[in-house]
Amino acid sequence: MNASLTLLVLCAVMFGSGVYVMLERSLTRVLIGFLLVGNAVNILIFIMSGAPGLGPILGAGVDPDDISDPLPQAFILTAIVINLGVTAFMLALIYRSWWLAQLGDEGDLVDDESDDEIEAGRAADIVRSAAQDDDAIQQIIDASDEEPEEVEHR
Amino acid sequence: MIASLAGFAVISLVTPLLTRWLGRNVFFLIAALPVAVFVVLLCWMPGILGGTPLVERLRWIPALGIELSFRLDALALLLSLVITGVGALVLFYCARYFRDDEPALGRFAALLLLFAGVMFGLVTADDVFVMFTFWEATSVLSYLLIGHYTGRKESRGAALQALTVTTFGGLAMLVGLVILTVGAGTTSLTAMIAHPVTGAAAEWAIALILIGAISKSALVPFHFWLPAAMAAPTPVSAYLHAAAMVKAGVYLVAVLAPGYADTAVWHPIVIVLGGFTMLVGGWRALRQYDLKLLLAYGTVSQLGFLVLVVGFGTRDAALAGVCLLLAHALFKATLFLVVGIIDHSAGTRDWRKLSGLGRRMPVVAVIAGLAAASMAGLPPLLGFVAKEGVFTAFLESHDGWGTVAVIAAVAGSVLTVAYTARFFWGAFFTRPDGSQTPLHREGALLATAPAILAAAGVVFAFAISWIEPLFTPYADTLPGRDESHLALWHGFEPALALSAMVFALGAAPIALRRGVARAQAAVPHPIDSGRGYLRIVRSVDAFSAWLTTLIQRRGLPGYITVILIVFVGGVGSAIVGNRSWPAGIDLWHYPAQPFIAFAMIVAAVGAALATHRVTAVLLVGVTGYGLVLLFGMGGAPDLALTQALVETLTIVVFVLVLRRLPKRMAQRNPPVKRALRAVIGIAAGVLMALVGFIALGARIQPTIADGLPALSLEAHGKNIVNVMLVDIRAWDTLGEISVLVAVATGIASLVFITGRTGSAPRLSDAPGDHVRPAAHETSTSRPQWLMAGRTLAPSSRSILIEVLVRLLFHPAIVVSIFLLFVGHNAPGGGFAGGLLAGLALVFRYLAGGRYELGEAAPVDAGRLLGTGLLIAAGTATLPLFFGMTAFQSTWFEADIPLIGTLSIGTSTLFDIGVYLVVVGLVLDILRSLGAEVDRQQEEEASEPDAAEPEVART
Repeated sequence: MNASLTLLVLCAVMFGSGVYVMLERSLTRVLIGFLLVGNAVNILIFIMSGAPGLGPILGAGVDPDDISDPLPQAFILTAIVINLGVTAFMLALIYRSWWLAQLGDEGDLVDDESDDEIEAGRAADIVRSAAQDDDAIQQIIDASDEEPEEVEHR
Repeated sequence: MIASLAGFAVISLVTPLLTRWLGRNVFFLIAALPVAVFVVLLCWMPGILGGTPLVERLRWIPALGIELSFRLDALALLLSLVITGVGALVLFYCARYFRDDEPALGRFAALLLLFAGVMFGLVTADDVFVMFTFWEATSVLSYLLIGHYTGRKESRGAALQALTVTTFGGLAMLVGLVILTVGAGTTSLTAMIAHPVTGAAAEWAIALILIGAISKSALVPFHFWLPAAMAAPTPVSAYLHAAAMVKAGVYLVAVLAPGYADTAVWHPIVIVLGGFTMLVGGWRALRQYDLKLLLAYGTVSQLGFLVLVVGFGTRDAALAGVCLLLAHALFKATLFLVVGIIDHSAGTRDWRKLSGLGRRMPVVAVIAGLAAASMAGLPPLLGFVAKEGVFTAFLESHDGWGTVAVIAAVAGSVLTVAYTARFFWGAFFTRPDGSQTPLHREGALLATAPAILAAAGVVFAFAISWIEPLFTPYADTLPGRDESHLALWHGFEPALALSAMVFALGAAPIALRRGVARAQAAVPHPIDSGRGYLRIVRSVDAFSAWLTTLIQRRGLPGYITVILIVFVGGVGSAIVGNRSWPAGIDLWHYPAQPFIAFAMIVAAVGAALATHRVTAVLLVGVTGYGLVLLFGMGGAPDLALTQALVETLTIVVFVLVLRRLPKRMAQRNPPVKRALRAVIGIAAGVLMALVGFIALGARIQPTIADGLPALSLEAHGKNIVNVMLVDIRAWDTLGEISVLVAVATGIASLVFITGRTGSAPRLSDAPGDHVRPAAHETSTSRPQWLMAGRTLAPSSRSILIEVLVRLLFHPAIVVSIFLLFVGHNAPGGGFAGGLLAGLALVFRYLAGGRYELGEAAPVDAGRLLGTGLLIAAGTATLPLFFGMTAFQSTWFEADIPLIGTLSIGTSTLFDIGVYLVVVGLVLDILRSLGAEVDRQQEEEASEPDAAEPEVART
């Protein structure tokens, strides 16, 4: 089966633009990128059915050999509806983070390096507290050891 | 056995509840369970010792050959008697050791009882993987019990050390067990011993299993966790870390010895590490001030001794070994419990602060004296009987290992005598200054359990010929003469001379304390793997912190960048190596295709570059509607229909949220990053196109789609896509609508601060000032087209839209139901129908506001979702009740005038479920992102003090 160059180029451009926007820190942009990538992937699946035929509906006078491949269509149909759900969910996330944080213009920005360093600091604190626990038990064990000077005094 | 295990599990579960009513007396109640099991075991004893082990089986994972099989033979019986007997006494002791106000007493009681059950399961399990499960369970319970005082640093540190070390060993052991299982072709422990696996694999397996055993039984180099575990409450130390759990390793060595004692790795590990541990433990014990730590190091020493004896591999050594195991359980548990009494009475365990306890606590002193004498191996106690047996067995064996073993045993026993003396003297004698430690009297009940255990050590020694049959069936499985017996008095034999020498030498360190102390300090920590452990753990922690900060410092965009680079690199290199390039390519399939595609390309690039949210969303919408055209002209009418509806909904939902957000999107990316992003984007796009190109050309197998038309007709449907969704691939669709339900619930949870259930607000909920009286309106004669139209401000109303919505809403609902039912044979179906009904609701909301939504759909969105999912899942499960497979379809056909032949199948029911879920999703979106966001906005506007987030900062 031959692919349509037109659809391939379209898929490439939409995927590329989607990825480009998705790499930004603004959640709204991430979502726009997600939609573009979603549409591009649907086109990719659609390309798999090859040259288009009749709609896959077995009405009177329709030869099953002339219809389009229905399998990719079933996949895409599922994907379209899931896309709607995920989009709405992400919008709810954006709204919530913006509204609760009352951040105005920067409300939908996600974490970047500086926030990660804070996180790393917290992780290091946890590691340190575990080390303190180990030290505490080691001290108790060491404290029970007899030292020669103490015997001399007795 | 399985019934007893279930009993332990159930009673442990209710124990915390019982503790609430009974307080510490709950221990009396739950001690009854191990007592009962103990009695049952005694009843089974004659049969088992007669040579017929008790076997119980339950199927568990037949695919892996793993079954819940349990086998009670003589060795398991002995261990089980120790576990339940000592367990019952320790629980009894707990009833007076703790106070009613002890924090987390219920949890503690439940865990301790559960531990007894798990330990019982460990020694009776015959399937190695079941045994391993119990093995790990004891580690976890030990962790929880050591860490009982969650607020204390030392408790937490000790608990984690024990868990880390024993699970490390457990992991090694699991690998060993897997190797052994593969070699033996069975998971049955009995079969593996009866027909030992041989060869290099078996050597590795045994070495790994022994690592597990020595880590659990605290042998060098893993011994450090046991002294640390003394941070646990004393009953735990007495039970887990003296009598029961640490014996698991000894038990495993004993079980494996008959089959594997002659493997090359066996004796070096068992005898060298066992002997060395005996010396190290004894040496360290001789230095302790803390009585509990002294006992802990003594236990380390004794465990080394036990592994040395039990693993020696001759019949006589095994006989003496299991006797020693019993003796150790009795005397060490006693001594720990005595230390608990001392700790409670005097408030310290440091013997420097203890003085004159022996005179004032004579009963406790006698109990401790009996147990200590048994530990030192003095006659006439069980410890003496066992040690005599050990010396005899080692002397009889005339090979090199026998010599090594006898030297280690004698040297270790000398240290044992010395530290026993230190313990007893330290605990009960009066210090030279003659001071008397103030004591707080404890009740007599507290001394009952140690008294019974100590008495057992005396009685068993005299009754050794009666209890010996408990040891011999196991010992006889090992090679060696089988006429020797354990006895209190053997006559003047070499072993007796050795014992005498041990006592004499053991007195020396007491006399030469000063010299010993100097030597202890001069040879600091012969093997201090505790510090080594700390160093390892700390460097692992430091490494992981370093690695985490190295790879997790880029934020979300950074992570996506990494993922995409890996994707491009991985798939890209596969493409470079590709050999199946398609023969040709069409420029386009039909002339309109390039025009549609061009418009979409422009829109996509525009969306990527747009700085205003709404612009970007609308441009994305253009690509979506372009898809509608491509689908429609490309032979996919269902896709075109669904895509059109979804695209419209998406834009509406977007606008609902974006109206609240600032118009401009924040943009703070430096230009360098922009170039990088462009490169990644272009690479990923080109890669996707190549993937599509190659994948299509690489199709060499006939497509499964060829069979679909026939299948579709078989399912009474002409629309293949719809039949696939609701029938052929119904599982997929069920999964999908489950996702939709989750998404809808998630959206509502995110937006509603309190309580996400219920329907949209009804007109009757509207506050009075929101319903604008008709008199205020410019035209009082204005007809009401929508019910809640008056709740909107006049400036927000459009009569034209209200009329349109009024006229179109009901037809739209009718069409949506039509789409639902014709979907099987024509474009449509549950998704398209549901989306159309959802759109109708959207327009009611847009035209009339949130109260209009409540009037249009006065139902709880959650109910719609639930009902839909229930119907869909019901069509999956219902056929099962009729002996059919899940989702098997059934049809009812009827000729109906006007419509023609109507075939209603279970797949139609399924589609109704899909329809309801989709409507529910849209309703939940509107209710949350529409109505609730409106409400929050109005609330905010009515509070002038509140910060004004809508001021866009530019």
